[in-house]
Amino acid sequence: MVNENLVKDVVKEPYKYGFVTDIETEKIEKGLNEDIIKLISQKKEEPQFLLDFRLKAFKKWQKMKEPDWAALGYKKIDYQDIIYYSAPKQKEKISSLDEVDPKLLETFDKLGIPLTEQKKLTNVAVDAVFDSVSIATTFREELAEHGVIFCSISEAVKNHADLIEKYLGTVVPASDNYFAALNSAVFSDGSFVYIPKGVTCPMDLSSYFRINSGDSGQFERTLIIAEELSSVSYLEGCTAPMFDTNTLHAAVVELIALDDASIKYSTVQNWYAGDEEGIGGIFNFVTKRGKCLGKRSKISWSQVETGSAITWKYPSCLLLGEESVGEFYSVALTNNLQQADTGTKMIHIGPKTKSTIVSKGISAGKSKNSYRGLVKMGRKATGSRNYSQCDSMLIGDQASANTFPYIKSQQPNSEIEHEASTCRISEDQLFYLQSRGIEFEEAVSMMVSGFCRDVFNQLPMEFAAEADKLLALKLEGSVG
Amino acid sequence: MQSKMKESDPILEVDNLSASTDNLPILKGISLTVYPGEIHAIMGRNGCGKSTLSKIIAGHPSYNITNGDIKFLGENINSLEPEERSQSGIFLGFQYPIEIPGVSNLEFLRVSTNARRKFLNKEELDTFDFEELVKEKLEIVKMDHAFLSRSVNQGFSGGEKKRNEILQMALLEPKIAILDETDSGLDIDALRIVASGIKKISNAQTGIILITHYQRLLDEIKPNYVHVMSDGQIIKTGESDLALELEEKGYEWTDNFIKET
Repeated sequence: MVNENLVKDVVKEPYKYGFVTDIETEKIEKGLNEDIIKLISQKKEEPQFLLDFRLKAFKKWQKMKEPDWAALGYKKIDYQDIIYYSAPKQKEKISSLDEVDPKLLETFDKLGIPLTEQKKLTNVAVDAVFDSVSIATTFREELAEHGVIFCSISEAVKNHADLIEKYLGTVVPASDNYFAALNSAVFSDGSFVYIPKGVTCPMDLSSYFRINSGDSGQFERTLIIAEELSSVSYLEGCTAPMFDTNTLHAAVVELIALDDASIKYSTVQNWYAGDEEGIGGIFNFVTKRGKCLGKRSKISWSQVETGSAITWKYPSCLLLGEESVGEFYSVALTNNLQQADTGTKMIHIGPKTKSTIVSKGISAGKSKNSYRGLVKMGRKATGSRNYSQCDSMLIGDQASANTFPYIKSQQPNSEIEHEASTCRISEDQLFYLQSRGIEFEEAVSMMVSGFCRDVFNQLPMEFAAEADKLLALKLEGSVG
Repeated sequence: MQSKMKESDPILEVDNLSASTDNLPILKGISLTVYPGEIHAIMGRNGCGKSTLSKIIAGHPSYNITNGDIKFLGENINSLEPEERSQSGIFLGFQYPIEIPGVSNLEFLRVSTNARRKFLNKEELDTFDFEELVKEKLEIVKMDHAFLSRSVNQGFSGGEKKRNEILQMALLEPKIAILDETDSGLDIDALRIVASGIKKISNAQTGIILITHYQRLLDEIKPNYVHVMSDGQIIKTGESDLALELEEKGYEWTDNFIKET
């Protein structure tokens, strides 16, 4: 008979990052108020300007309403029931990796992100963030030789306060949205990247975010600045243990590209998605935005979103500089009861700006997968162009896919092109492949990979292989 | 009918097979035996169960076998997965080949060919070696190399799809090929290409079942046996001249056989 069950088995998701690291942590009490914010700021020994930034954001947040326009349904979040700072206990000052708790190193080892000198990845510098704090950053000295700054944002606040003060909140203002305001008030750590003028970053930079505790939220903040004629490729990975409660993750990422600079930002998001009944999983509310400030600057987002119970995420580009380029390549896979409302905003402000959007949504199980995107051509965006392509794939007959494209143009001399399609992996397609000797699982994964090819081609090589594997894994199960 | 002594064992034995879908009986006791080197034609009105028979032999999951057996090389295959049947040498040429967007034809053909080769304990082919092999096989169906870089069957014309099926048959070298209306929708030239392709691929060790409505394919490939199906049963079996007679008299003529049986 119609093999719905077989399809269900195949898309069953084994989550191999669900372990918890047993480590003594320093947590502050639950709840959110001015005192908590002051306490976080004090723990991080922050300058006054940052505390002011936080408190201002908090005031704004209190006046804001949680957005309800996304095609998402979830239990109301109790913001007073969350711990806003949680850090593994370790020595006050760590001067080298040898002083990092071996349990932490072991954790990242298990996640495939070895940090120690002997084992570290050779071609990628890694900033490893565990709950609220950055544990270690590799290759710092080597990068420093090129003038590249790659460190945790807490360290940047201490050592490069001028850059932080100049750029923090300039792309995503605290008042931007509810979750950005919350993040601005309580952010605990994240990565900071500065590429000086004329420098092509000698290796890929990468942050790995790990949520470990079940009752604390993760609010990381990333800031990347690419000066004139510089370029960098940045990768981001995320995992979390399996808890039956929902954990809130509300991050902010800001990118700034000056004249002729280019930033490529790639994400493989594999937060714990909850179980088959939708119990547990991460609530992922993220604001990511890049500002193409300079002429001919380029910001490219590519993302493979496979985890989280809820994903609310719209990596966007503000195209100010003449001839600047914004790109968004996305694969979002949802399964079981996962919900994703994700897409992008391409705001064309400068003349001759160009943007490309390629979004591939795959929904399996009873999941809900929506693309939501805005393309806006401002008054001065003469000769600007956008191309959008949004494709959805349905696996089984209980999943849903939606596309919400918003187009606003104030400039008649600009072009906007939008294409959308929906397809379903049909039993006939599977039977056709099977009748050619190709096993069921491989047939599904071949079709999914084929569907995502346009996006995978945009990912850095190793990431692309990982993404392909991750999708196959997510779609793998006990067939036969 | 097939009572004369055969020197070798049969490739395919369908024994009193009944099958249904959604509790609706489609096949009602079909028996059919194919020996190496034989070509069988199955004819009959639309909806008589010809395509269903071919899909059931290939293992389509939508049908339930309610009675009877299918044996391939002496083994009962009733419960084998479609991929296992293909790997062991059963080939179904689809009446309507399926489009698979995003999956390159070349990669599909390679994975498929390697699945069969693995079963035969032959070395699996890498992309380069496979290119060599596929080039050779493209000749058989007179297909252009450009077909390989397109998505499986996507945007192919009717004739191109059918040729792609025969290309797959050429690569998989099956023991038995069931070709479901491979001739329908083909112009005369394409029909000749397909027919000559089938003849090149088949040999004294393979069996072929042609499901067709038309004599013109049978003019190109002369069957040893012709079976007429009606309402899920084989109501008459004869030699190749039965097809000619059928063409002349139409299916109404066969309605009398049902009354007789």
